[in-house]
Amino acid sequence: MYVVACIKQVPDTTQVQIDPVTNTLVRDGIPFIVNPYDSHALEESLRMKDRYGFKAVALSMGPPNAEATLRKALSQGVDRAILLSDRAFGGADTLSTSNVLAAAIRKLAEQDEVGLVFCGKQTIDGDTAQVGPGIAVRLGISQLTLVDRIEHLDFLARKIRVRRKLEGRYEIVEAKLPAMITVVRELNQPRYPTVPMRLKAVQSDVDVWDNGVLRLDANSIGLKGSPTWVSRIFSPERSQGEIVGNGLKDPSGTARDLVQRLLSRDLLTI
Amino acid sequence: MQPDPIVFAPLLICASLLFCWSCYTRLGLVALGGTEDRFSNPGQRLKAMFSLALLQRRVLSRPFGLNHLLIFWSFLVLALANGEFLLAGIFPPARFSLLPAAWYGPLLTVFDLVSLAALVAVCVAACRRAINPPYREARSLEAFGILALIGVLMIAYFGLHGAEIAAGTEPAAAAMPVSSVAGRLLGGHLGASQLRFVGACFWWLHAAALLFFLNYLPFSKHLHILAALPNCYLKELDGIPVPPREEFVEGGRLGAGRIDDFTWKDLFDSFSCTECGRCQQQCPATTTGKPLNPRLVMHSIKENLLVSGPLIKAGGSRSIPLVGEGGQSVAADAIWSCTSCAACLAACPVCIEQLPKLTKLRRHQVQMHADFPQELLLLFENLEQRSNPWGIAPAERTKWSGSLQVPTFEAGRTEYLLYVGCSGSFDPRSKQVTLALAQILNAAGVSWGILGKEEKCCGDSLRRLGNEYLFDQFARDNVAAFHERGVTKVITQCPHCFTTLKNDYRQYGLDIEVIPHAEFIEGLMREGRLQLQEVDAGSVVFHDSCYLGRHNGVYQAPRAVLELATGSAPLEMRRNKEQSFCCGAGGGRMWLEEHLGERINLNRVEEALDSHPDTICVTCPYCMTMIEDGVKELASGMVEVRDVAEVVARGLVVTS
Repeated sequence: MYVVACIKQVPDTTQVQIDPVTNTLVRDGIPFIVNPYDSHALEESLRMKDRYGFKAVALSMGPPNAEATLRKALSQGVDRAILLSDRAFGGADTLSTSNVLAAAIRKLAEQDEVGLVFCGKQTIDGDTAQVGPGIAVRLGISQLTLVDRIEHLDFLARKIRVRRKLEGRYEIVEAKLPAMITVVRELNQPRYPTVPMRLKAVQSDVDVWDNGVLRLDANSIGLKGSPTWVSRIFSPERSQGEIVGNGLKDPSGTARDLVQRLLSRDLLTI
Repeated sequence: MQPDPIVFAPLLICASLLFCWSCYTRLGLVALGGTEDRFSNPGQRLKAMFSLALLQRRVLSRPFGLNHLLIFWSFLVLALANGEFLLAGIFPPARFSLLPAAWYGPLLTVFDLVSLAALVAVCVAACRRAINPPYREARSLEAFGILALIGVLMIAYFGLHGAEIAAGTEPAAAAMPVSSVAGRLLGGHLGASQLRFVGACFWWLHAAALLFFLNYLPFSKHLHILAALPNCYLKELDGIPVPPREEFVEGGRLGAGRIDDFTWKDLFDSFSCTECGRCQQQCPATTTGKPLNPRLVMHSIKENLLVSGPLIKAGGSRSIPLVGEGGQSVAADAIWSCTSCAACLAACPVCIEQLPKLTKLRRHQVQMHADFPQELLLLFENLEQRSNPWGIAPAERTKWSGSLQVPTFEAGRTEYLLYVGCSGSFDPRSKQVTLALAQILNAAGVSWGILGKEEKCCGDSLRRLGNEYLFDQFARDNVAAFHERGVTKVITQCPHCFTTLKNDYRQYGLDIEVIPHAEFIEGLMREGRLQLQEVDAGSVVFHDSCYLGRHNGVYQAPRAVLELATGSAPLEMRRNKEQSFCCGAGGGRMWLEEHLGERINLNRVEEALDSHPDTICVTCPYCMTMIEDGVKELASGMVEVRDVAEVVARGLVVTS
């Protein structure tokens, strides 16, 4: 049985700045990292491999340089790494991305059953949280989002019970297998690759599948298959800060002044 | 009084063969270790051996050192007497009495007095061990047994010669004051045949004690009698050893997980340990109740070698892992407690190198098993992805400069590269030190620049924590960048960057001038390039950074800077310079919580506060963090913690 982890290479957003003139992301020289939530998805697939002996597969759609992300997954212990790369996949929104990923999973399922698909709850560059659920819908399998604990897995009964981490509460949900699961950071602690695994990963093959392999309709992939597009990206303007009074010389007077100002701007209610 | 050689000769031959066999089977295990060159510069090595082993420089610097020196030299001198004794046992005519009388008399006087000195020293050692042992377990049966055995040897010596003198068979009786006393005691009570019998008894007692000692030696800590001298000869000549590079090839083993992953010198070290406990008295981890004890690390390695060695030698794949529980392994908590301060190396009287073993154990755990304290996962990820320990965006590396205009280093246009380091770039407190240093450099008109956003972490913590694979990448990248930019002179503010650039990168072909900021500032002051007012920092006590001090021998420069800046020499803590006590952050401990034992920084700050300082002065960003944290807890608001650069910057005369 296959257990698949979908991972994405993203720009390190802590280092991304927005060009104030063009309002676009300045990506020059910005290093790429594995989407942090996806590392937890990958780790869970590896734990399934360790515990049940499944074959762990890492799947990533992206440009050829996304291979680095898959090599890292190999160094962490996945059995197979597949890069979905084709110029025709470029410019994809979440809909066409999930079309491609779902097609790849279907392709894998021709070889062996795919029992579980893990995705990060969202990516740190797009922040949509749509691709995981999109895959589940397109494959017609159960979807369990925001999972922070696998409670129980029963292959004979083909059932899985998980805990979902929601705002202010948890939800225990049971679903039928196969299932797509999006994970939050609390689920696990990703493993650190050993050096022998890193060295082996350098020698291992990363399969590259293009649309010749997936044979998707050109209208359902890439820019053509994307009904949404980003028209503009910008940072909200921040007003300049202002130093009120002198807190060191006159703390109580300054505090009173500050409260008055906040009240006058309706920023405080009494 | 001598026995029939036909009786003694087979005994001596058997005992000698047994001794050789025991030494061969034990010391021969050293050959299981990997290769390492420790034979270069024989002249320098002989000098080190003379000073450390024969003159016992380090032994003498501690209490009861003189006592040990006495026993050691008695042992050497009496080796002559004992050699004659054994030889005469199988070949009776071969005696010193064949020598001319002018030689024979004085020689026996020396033997006589030295034997007495040894007897006294052995008694002192036994009393010391009984009343005030160096550590609790040192009060062992084995230790007392060996002292008693040496005592018996001396008493038998006097008994034998006393009986000879009383019987009138010793021609040089007048030259042996102590034996003569024994002779009078015996002669007063015994007849001629009784004297012969008593003499023969003492002879056999002496022979038995000697042969027993010979054959007990290879199985006890007294193996150090054989190993210590060569171990001092084989010492690392360049001070504290720099961890060796590793080769990363598929199928290769990294670090030390099994006893034969160590080098032969590592293994030989374990046989040289005298279990004197000097290392553990200096070790910040042992002192604060952590599970690491450098003496026990060496002991475990020896025990592991004795058990695993023969198994491996027999071609088996079974062996006891080096890291784990039990007396033949080192506990994981112990290897992660090390601050790599090298106090153990500086303290060891026989030049054992404990720290490199711990680094190798860490390497194996990190690289082969990814088994390390959880906090380090984030550190490794941050370093790998953003090249700084906190994972802050590299673009923020230059933010420390604020409004100050800092030029970028450009070969030909700027003379010095200021390698700011991660702490100096990102840590809010250390950024102030960087600014102070920048002001000093500008005030002195130094031509300097920085790498800015292009600067990368030096990788010190990675190497000390055993992540050699990542360190290797950092070192290659940084060395290539230095070469490409034509960097030849570097000023560092952090002793960890300093030691890494100066010593570790040399293995990667970087041979440039690296100057710690304290030394550079001292130079500027001595050349009169800084216009300074005398700084009033109150009474200043100085804390040595391990990587500036013990690892690189820079003790004088920061002290000189403080004296020049404040007008008086800084106060010294009880433990200073070579015996200084770590702040607790070295060896990558900066990034680990201190869950076990007392906190090292509190121990050090308490010591600093003993001298009632107004300012504790440091030269390292890690020390700054640790000492400031300690002060916050113990003397908040009463004592300031300052870097030397900050003290000097306060005295800069602003001319505008």
